[in-house]
Amino acid sequence: MAEEKIGVYICHCGTNIAGKVDVEEVTRWAAEQPNVAVAREYKYMCSDPGQDLIKQDIQEHGITRAVVAACSPTMHEPTFRKAAGDGGLNPYLLQMANIREHCSWVTIDGDAATEKAKRILGAQIHRLPLNLPLEPIEVPVNPNVMVVGGGIAGIEAALKLAATGKKVYLVERDPSIGGHMAMFDKTFPTLDCAACILTPKMSAAGKEPNIEMLAYSEVTQVDGYVGNFKVKVTKKARYVDIDKCTGCALCTEACVVRKVPNEFDQGLSKRAAAYIPFPQAVPLKATLDPTRCLTLTGKKCKQPCVAACGPAAIDFDQKDEEIELEVGAIIMATGFQLWDPTPETRYSYGKLDNVISSLEFERISNASGPTGGHIVCKNGEPPKSVAILHCVGSRDENYQEFCSRVCCMYSLKFAHLIKEHLPETEVYECYIDMRTYGKGYEEFYKRLMDEGVHFIRGRAAEVSDVGLTPNEEGHLVVKVEDTLLGVTRRLPVDMVVLSSGLAPRADAKSTAQIFGFGCSANGFYLERHPKLEPVSTVTDGIFIAGCCQYPKDIPDTVAQAGAAAAGALALVDNATVKVEPTISYIDPEKCSGCHICVGLCPHAAIQYNEEKGVAEVIEAACKGCGVCVAACGSGVPQQRGYLDEQIFAEIEGALAL
Amino acid sequence: MKYLYYPGCSAESTGKAYDISTRTVMEKLGVELAELDDWNCCGATSYFSTREIDSFAIAARNLSIAQQQGDDDLCVICNACYTTLAKTNRYMAESAHVYEQVNGALNAVGRSYDGTKPVRHIMDVLINDVGLEAIESKVTRRLTGLKVAPYYGCQYSRPIGSFDDTEDPQTMDRFFEALGADVLTDFPAKLKCCGGMMMLTNADVALRLCHEILKSAKDMGADVIVAACPLCEMNMEGYQPRVNSAFGTDYNIPVMYFTQLAGLALGADPKQLGLGMQAVSCAPVLAAIPA
Repeated sequence: MAEEKIGVYICHCGTNIAGKVDVEEVTRWAAEQPNVAVAREYKYMCSDPGQDLIKQDIQEHGITRAVVAACSPTMHEPTFRKAAGDGGLNPYLLQMANIREHCSWVTIDGDAATEKAKRILGAQIHRLPLNLPLEPIEVPVNPNVMVVGGGIAGIEAALKLAATGKKVYLVERDPSIGGHMAMFDKTFPTLDCAACILTPKMSAAGKEPNIEMLAYSEVTQVDGYVGNFKVKVTKKARYVDIDKCTGCALCTEACVVRKVPNEFDQGLSKRAAAYIPFPQAVPLKATLDPTRCLTLTGKKCKQPCVAACGPAAIDFDQKDEEIELEVGAIIMATGFQLWDPTPETRYSYGKLDNVISSLEFERISNASGPTGGHIVCKNGEPPKSVAILHCVGSRDENYQEFCSRVCCMYSLKFAHLIKEHLPETEVYECYIDMRTYGKGYEEFYKRLMDEGVHFIRGRAAEVSDVGLTPNEEGHLVVKVEDTLLGVTRRLPVDMVVLSSGLAPRADAKSTAQIFGFGCSANGFYLERHPKLEPVSTVTDGIFIAGCCQYPKDIPDTVAQAGAAAAGALALVDNATVKVEPTISYIDPEKCSGCHICVGLCPHAAIQYNEEKGVAEVIEAACKGCGVCVAACGSGVPQQRGYLDEQIFAEIEGALAL
Repeated sequence: MKYLYYPGCSAESTGKAYDISTRTVMEKLGVELAELDDWNCCGATSYFSTREIDSFAIAARNLSIAQQQGDDDLCVICNACYTTLAKTNRYMAESAHVYEQVNGALNAVGRSYDGTKPVRHIMDVLINDVGLEAIESKVTRRLTGLKVAPYYGCQYSRPIGSFDDTEDPQTMDRFFEALGADVLTDFPAKLKCCGGMMMLTNADVALRLCHEILKSAKDMGADVIVAACPLCEMNMEGYQPRVNSAFGTDYNIPVMYFTQLAGLALGADPKQLGLGMQAVSCAPVLAAIPA
């Protein structure tokens, strides 16, 4: 081993590290370790003066390797490797020793933390002489972008990207884009009509030549890597030729199956088996429901839809079609689902009529909804009193611990709509805390108080139909503790609206797996950094926007969609992108050609060379996961930057105090 | 099938009918019950609120005896006893402090306990060990047409819910369906508190709570309410006349231990089930069951 001069740089991170670890002691100790030429400490190593220490030592003291003992490498390894590069050192000759997340933040005793910091640092000092210089791999970038999910987030991101001239594939699972926002009546706090502000955007997305819309389609497989994704999309059969369909809806009127619960109306109305989800749908094309259409389920039908269709667009022989698209970046905007209040049995959802979910109320209050916008009970009568129960399934350790952020505001909006439609109706809001944090939100709350809505601070205990007094007979009874008055109240009302929280999509985890990133503990997509990279994922080139990341209102969703579009553009606007060289390689002299690694590689990055009889790594496809390294019986595949001898040296360094 | 059996204090006094009918039903089903030797009060709910460690210790004495007496699981009939004993196991497992304090107390009387004796609710035993099919096969008088309101009470499934859903328990529904009854599965008061000990300390509150349960049963047209706890049964049934005078109502709803009604379905003599000890007569129920 050649004589190396190692520079050691220990960060205080303010008091994050120095508050627990004796940084001076670790520095003294480090200076005495083999090969260490210089050991320094600094309050914030990631600051410019901190980085300059490394550059200066390389240039003035001839440092040949460096280790920074600071935070997690996912935080600042790129920062310090760049600094080393700027100083003239190969960036891969710098290692990080994580003495913050792995040490100071998680160790109670200061002396123990100091000892632990020495071992973590020692491991890197011991492995550094074995580090090899590496060069990043530069690959071309495909300029196209895919947006997954056609709600307001996906539409906004697609429009922004299309405006820059990039080609965008907008993939939507349902027959129409629009998402949840298309179901709403008004939007808080300005009370804009949701359709009035969304429909123009939907229509623009439908007409935009740079957007190729893939509605009623789902992504099934994603291969490749940043700048070069290969995405398989299944276009589900609509059984309608969309080039011929004019969206006239005559087939839906002719269809004999008329009692299918309408998903768009939350099941409160019925639709036909041949349907267009709502009048403003984009694309405005009919779909035959394969689970309900008589012909498609093998039953007898005279097929009046075929007779009704002028352009002869109906095609019972249509099949699902799988296509493969190549894109440089992907934006995930797959949204949320309403938390289903059924498990909260004390509120009797699904058991008592007129106990309804918030989305059901949205549809009831919507002019194009099942009641034509008339707020009525199941018997068709307008309610004389309504209770709106906050935090259903939210801020509840039995279900979802987090606050869904939008429910207080949409509950206020509901109260306003009730007062607007039915001025004589009493409205009760049962809340834990009012969270009205956005622009114009607190003012809206004040306005509702002035409108005569009753605010009761207390989470409702239960909803029943057991009336104990003549007042209560025939009504729903909400039991709630008014914690401001310190009394239990029984509210006889005609309608109860459950302000359910927002939940991750039921298939969020499996979808994230397809795309190669993860979910947070609460089930929403995990961002790369909660503050500084809220729209990136751990997979380079894949971005997230809107409620798939965490519950948020429409303004925040639109802002995030713009940020994700900018992130994608910053990538695909370049001709090439550098990818990490820490990938595996297979020595053809040693490989026996047993094939084990070929089948195990999750990224299809290993191919078998028939001529030479050996396995070969496709460098551009390898993600450096290390599966082949671990799997090979002969230990032939090795991962650059994580060679066996480097890892063993780390272990020895950690143990050899 | 053999179990150690913990009747609990109430079963020797106000809830005697629960004990009698339990022994009859279990005999009919071929389940052997061996009463725990020299058992003491479980501590019930009130003692826990005032002296927690002491109450764990007296509950643990029973469990220590059970462990010594045999390997069979300990079967408990009263919801409160069940929760108290199961809770003792849980806290001993979760807290080294509780474990040490309890054993310190037990050591003083020459005992010790490791916190592992399985505690089983009688319904858990019936549903999961005996099985609904076996029970159904022994029915001689199906409860056809009898509208049964299954009343679970606070502590049947809460807080642990080891054999049923904590907030929406179903086992008693399934049990009486197997006996042929017309179970009121949507009985909204099935988990409502009956008032418990409050009947003695703050009767106004407890009477109002019972009023709600009885009203709910009446609204649904229940022929009988079945209970799994001596205190619940006493409050809903024994205090029915007082509810009537407090609220101007005229409830006359029979309340039975679930084992009493099950015993009738299994063909037991009413005398073997402790019937006839109630303030509200069960005669209409007996008359309503097809012969």
